[in-house]
Amino acid sequence: MEPEPIYLSRLQHYLYCPRQFALIELEDVWVENQFTAEGKVLHQRVDQPDKQKRGDIRSVRSLRLSHAALGIEGVADVVEYHIQPDGSEQPYPIEYKRGKPKQHRADEVQLCAQALCLEDMEGLLVPEGALFYGEVRRRHVVYFDATLRELTLQTIQACRDIVQSKTTPKAVYKAGKCRNCSLIEQCHPQDFTRPASVWLAQQLTEN
Amino acid sequence: MRPLRNVIYIQTQNAWVHKDNDNLVMKVGDEIKARVPIHKLQGLVCFGQVSISPYLMAHCSENGVTITYLNQFGKFLARVEGPVSGNVLLRRTQHLTGADRDKSVAIARTMLSGKLYNQRAVLRRYLRDYGDQADGQAMAAELTTAEKRLSRCLNQLADCDAIDTLMGREGEAAQVYFGVFQYLIRQPDFQFDARRRRPPTDPVNALLSFCYTLLTHDCRSALETTGLDPASGFLHQLRSGRPSLALDLAEELRPMIDRFVLSLINKRQLSLKDFEEWPNGSFTLKEEPRRTLLAAWQDRKQDTLMHPWFEESVPIGMLPWTQAQILARFLRGDCDSYVPFLWK
Repeated sequence: MEPEPIYLSRLQHYLYCPRQFALIELEDVWVENQFTAEGKVLHQRVDQPDKQKRGDIRSVRSLRLSHAALGIEGVADVVEYHIQPDGSEQPYPIEYKRGKPKQHRADEVQLCAQALCLEDMEGLLVPEGALFYGEVRRRHVVYFDATLRELTLQTIQACRDIVQSKTTPKAVYKAGKCRNCSLIEQCHPQDFTRPASVWLAQQLTEN
Repeated sequence: MRPLRNVIYIQTQNAWVHKDNDNLVMKVGDEIKARVPIHKLQGLVCFGQVSISPYLMAHCSENGVTITYLNQFGKFLARVEGPVSGNVLLRRTQHLTGADRDKSVAIARTMLSGKLYNQRAVLRRYLRDYGDQADGQAMAAELTTAEKRLSRCLNQLADCDAIDTLMGREGEAAQVYFGVFQYLIRQPDFQFDARRRRPPTDPVNALLSFCYTLLTHDCRSALETTGLDPASGFLHQLRSGRPSLALDLAEELRPMIDRFVLSLINKRQLSLKDFEEWPNGSFTLKEEPRRTLLAAWQDRKQDTLMHPWFEESVPIGMLPWTQAQILARFLRGDCDSYVPFLWK
């Protein structure tokens, strides 16, 4: 039997925090906060399936992607097909993100995974794509080099390991990251790292 | 903590409740009696003849608002619920843990520890507030003895390795606790000699029973929101139709209800004429005073208490939810024990 596919959008959750990935994937935990709500509004605009052609660019919105061998699937916000002088088309994935370019590579990995799907489906090489950041309102070009491809494959494998073991990793508290996470109230990164049984025994014997 | 949303209790007979955009609107005849934004709600509890439009039901279920129907006396009739949130892994662990005798005993023990600890807190609180009053010397002595006996029961829980012996200790503690409960009632009209339910044979027991039911409803929704199966308990035996886990979870929170009932009586928010005696000797609260009680309960839920494990203050109304969450996190392997709420 084929393994359950990993959703492209979940890869960035894993890279942000493996526990966040597990809470969403294994435990159905999902809480909206300001950031996720903004992201949702942004996506409502791009998520209407649609085809357009302008000059030598044909763009397709909400394109379903998958890669059977890697066991990943998802939806690309926009894939542009750049028409080459010889008439062939070069796919160019574009993912919409709220905010601005980030330190970590989560967004790039998600985009790279889309490229891997496109390569598998179209049978040709996809060397670059772009992230469109809502806050700065500009495209940030991403090259799918060997390092990014390797990181993407590793991330897919790590996600699969969590899904197969059905185990949620323990919380690791990192102030900046955890404060921006919408799941902090469900995760309790600071509380469950203390030994509960010792604490409880102490409380009950104290008078 | 997640914001505390309100539970709306509708007991106006022949009310029609429907959805108007994102609002809940209650009408009686053609007159609009109430309008509330649905996102502020956590639950809707209807007493007796209340009708709700299917569109409101759908909206509620999509937004995690549970709808409960009770008869006019607060007896459970039906519940409307959207699709159960997945989390099959959590439920599977819960069921496997429930089938494991030792693990069940360990969880039941921590829950009952919480209950006895909190019962003792009720007595201690009273001793602190009234213990040195001249007319109460004999009473204070009895309360002190009871408090010590509760401490002993609490310590003995640690040695119990079967549900039966745990239940035995719990029963013993209940006798001690309810044996002195009358001393906590400072209105001579209200008499209490023992905890009696099915049916409650005096106003104090009627109040306790009614409020425990409210608590169990809250525990049940909290468990469901968290993804746990409210029917599969560790302490209470499985029985079809019984929310065993909700009853388990309610145990440690009952002393908060006891305090609430005592304050209703002691602050004269209710009097004997607010109760109706039935031919079989049972008592129930009349409709209008029930409104008073429910309003007071909603207020009380906003009051905060320090949660010693989280080290932050939590509204009383959120306690079922925090405890359900701790239980879920424990079952998923985040920590090595369930941690009951301890009332400091």
